[in-house]
Amino acid sequence: MSNFFKETDIDTSQAEAIVTETLKNCDDGELYLENHKSESIVLDDNKIKSSTYNSDQGYGFRAVTGEVVAYSHSNDISKESLRKSSDNIKDTLKSKKGTYNHEIPKTNSKYYENINPIESKTFNSKIDLLKSVNNYLRSKGSIVNQVTANFLGEHKSIEIIRSDNQILKDDRPLVRFNVSVVLEKDGKKETGVYGVGGRQSYDDYLKDGSWKDVCDEAFRIANVNLDSKPAPAGEMKVVLGPGWPAILIHEAIGHGLEGDFNRKKTSAFHSLMGQQVASEGVTIVDDGTLHQRRGSLTIDDEGTPTENTVLIENGILKNYMQDRLNARLMGTKSTGSGRRESYKHVVLPRMRNTMMLSGKYSQDEMISSVDKGIFAVSFGGGQVDITSGKFVFNCTEAYEINNGKIGSPIKGATLIGDGPSILKEVSLVGNDMKLDPGIGTCGKAGQGVPVGVAQPSILINKMTVGGTKL
Amino acid sequence: MIRDQEFLKDIASYCIENSKKLGATDVGVKVIHSVSENVSFRNKKLDESNRADSFAVNLTTYIEKKKSSINSSDLSKSNLEKLIERCIDATKITPSDENNSLPDKDLMSKEIRDLNLYDETHYPNDKKIEFLKKVEETASKDEKIVNTEAGFTENKNNFILANSNGFLGGYKTSNFSSSCVAVSRINGAMERDYEFGSTRFLEDMMEPEEIGKIAADKAIKKLGPKKIKSERIGVIFDKRISKGILSTLASAISGSAIARGTSFLKDQINSEVFPNSINIIDDPKIEKGLGSQNFDSEGVETNSLKLVENGILKNYLIDTYYGKKLNLKSNGRSGGTTNLYFENGTLSFKDLLNSEKKFLYITETIGHGGNIITGDYSVGASGFMVEDGELTYPVSEITIAGNFKEMFKNITLANDLEMKYSTNAPTLLINQMTVAGK
Repeated sequence: MSNFFKETDIDTSQAEAIVTETLKNCDDGELYLENHKSESIVLDDNKIKSSTYNSDQGYGFRAVTGEVVAYSHSNDISKESLRKSSDNIKDTLKSKKGTYNHEIPKTNSKYYENINPIESKTFNSKIDLLKSVNNYLRSKGSIVNQVTANFLGEHKSIEIIRSDNQILKDDRPLVRFNVSVVLEKDGKKETGVYGVGGRQSYDDYLKDGSWKDVCDEAFRIANVNLDSKPAPAGEMKVVLGPGWPAILIHEAIGHGLEGDFNRKKTSAFHSLMGQQVASEGVTIVDDGTLHQRRGSLTIDDEGTPTENTVLIENGILKNYMQDRLNARLMGTKSTGSGRRESYKHVVLPRMRNTMMLSGKYSQDEMISSVDKGIFAVSFGGGQVDITSGKFVFNCTEAYEINNGKIGSPIKGATLIGDGPSILKEVSLVGNDMKLDPGIGTCGKAGQGVPVGVAQPSILINKMTVGGTKL
Repeated sequence: MIRDQEFLKDIASYCIENSKKLGATDVGVKVIHSVSENVSFRNKKLDESNRADSFAVNLTTYIEKKKSSINSSDLSKSNLEKLIERCIDATKITPSDENNSLPDKDLMSKEIRDLNLYDETHYPNDKKIEFLKKVEETASKDEKIVNTEAGFTENKNNFILANSNGFLGGYKTSNFSSSCVAVSRINGAMERDYEFGSTRFLEDMMEPEEIGKIAADKAIKKLGPKKIKSERIGVIFDKRISKGILSTLASAISGSAIARGTSFLKDQINSEVFPNSINIIDDPKIEKGLGSQNFDSEGVETNSLKLVENGILKNYLIDTYYGKKLNLKSNGRSGGTTNLYFENGTLSFKDLLNSEKKFLYITETIGHGGNIITGDYSVGASGFMVEDGELTYPVSEITIAGNFKEMFKNITLANDLEMKYSTNAPTLLINQMTVAGK
């Protein structure tokens, strides 16, 4: 039984009948129902700047035949609205004929609890904690110019009704706690940002004063940047720290290994399956099954259980990430990577937690091997052009390396590289793999979904650093 | 089809009345309905059709100087009743802030002018499909084009904005947009480029053949790029990206960035931040304008504003909250700029390209490398080398970097301004920037 039709003019079996009738000549499709509650509480400039609660519910009705997707969504869950969507879909696909694929794997695994983080911590205690963050950071001295802190919490319930009356369900909690601080010294201002989160309650990340660690880290980054000097410009060696810098992997090769771009042959990787695309020590996976991680999913947004997909093994390209549509057209199986931002969006193959696994070198060995280069510890966002393979990301904490020693911090610079060739430039893989703190959101085709990344320290032989100092 | 004003007004009034009953001293509400239909093509075949029918209510309740908000897509009164209660409960325990309030009554928009923002023409999906076929046929003529994607979206929108001080206003808007992405290939290496058009009225849409041809030509021109040596050089920004300079300015002079002291333009009001030839205008009352509006997102009357006059920064973008904080009146910029543009420069595009022996001409940037606090800027870029006024060869995998404060002061504008987006700039030159390459 579905939970979505209680206060509507339609019941589960009537909805199932519409789904079955609509999809009878289609290859695939489903009725996706979603109830999404979220909150945002922001402290800024010594005040609670905003407190917002969002309540959103709706359906996305999808039919797929051949390569064609017909989609109709609405927040009006009613008989009339569903019928209208059904008519629309049938009209689009009127000249097509497909055979419905009933096969969908089942799972008993669960990678997170069904809790509602918004309700599991009182509004007052959230406000109090934000105030404590502000007081704690401002007590570090007049150098603190601005403090922003916020809670973002959500609970999403989804149901997928397939053509044979199967109903697949998932309940997904997600939280994020973020602190940003601006420091000012001698007329110079710099920002430091840090955050934590995942699919648990807020208190799992903040208890025993661990919120202070988040504040301290934001403060430390801003403080380092106050002493930064202009970054160098040109090609040089780059050592990446462990953890969050793995967004390099996400941008540089992750997107290029998503099924849709390879089926359409618009990815720079589309003809490289089975070939050496990285140095031998490089193994990269995309794992949806890590407990309570931001990018984890029990089932994806088509109902397929997620898995740990090996993308690159010892340098050889092994798999793309697939949703059902692209898997069918490429003659393979879904890897449980079919995701959508909400009921308003079509399914696309997406990353979950993308990780480069540990090798055998220490970070010290990497740094001491570099005559002239940079050591990048943390990044802001990144972006990729999957067709040309060019990708960028922005350093938020980085240092110069001179003669094997870490030197002065450098100003935020963009690093640019070429996806298909960058992994061949990875000469040392560290033994210190670390997960990111749970803060990533990936954007594709206008859809944002939560993701995770992980990597050990790595040494890249040659990358272009976009500083101002020649 | 799109719901009428009466339907939306009824919900807005319900929200205001119920909030007041539960103890709100002030209330602001927006009710929106939008219907959107999209068709997309890939390699001359139908790829996707997508219909969206969306409602939204955004409600903010005040109890004296305390404030809280809710958003919902479910317009049923039983749902709204529960959410209003939740909103009031949260308002009661949110700390007060002396700057929280509805806008001053005398600033509110008094009349709604018809700015020609709504075209009721419905373009059926069959027509969209014919249009897209023409786009892709033109785009895929050259054998170097190996992949094309094209889309057509029609959007109709209606809204009501109301508050407990008696303001109530809203109107319909429409938007038609079409795009084409072309992928070119030579010797196994691919490049991608695009073209798109966006208009309020269907009749103003570009011809499909034009969209397809521009996308394909641009993608072919990019083939076989070189990485250049790092150097200091004059950088010309193509019109597609020159408007980004204005978006940066808008962020840096937003009331929030100024009041929080987190802008590289803090304390620069009435100072010269651009060369004295430069004027920057934000005009919400342009007929059929993509950024046009009668009033801002709080209902405050909005009028044309000279942000920069003869190179001097004249105005910030002010809403009610940050206005109170900065001791300024709202200038109707809650929600940001409207139709923002540089007034045309004097040089023709050709003369600009010829003004030095060598330039880097940038057609695309990637990454988010602008820092509003420090003004530091570093992004990935691709484009062409310009030698003796001619585009000689494509360039990629480089970065351009500088600081906005200096970049602003070294801008030269061409005279080829077009009103194609809501933010528009002519081709512009920044003399000089650091390019990082080999």
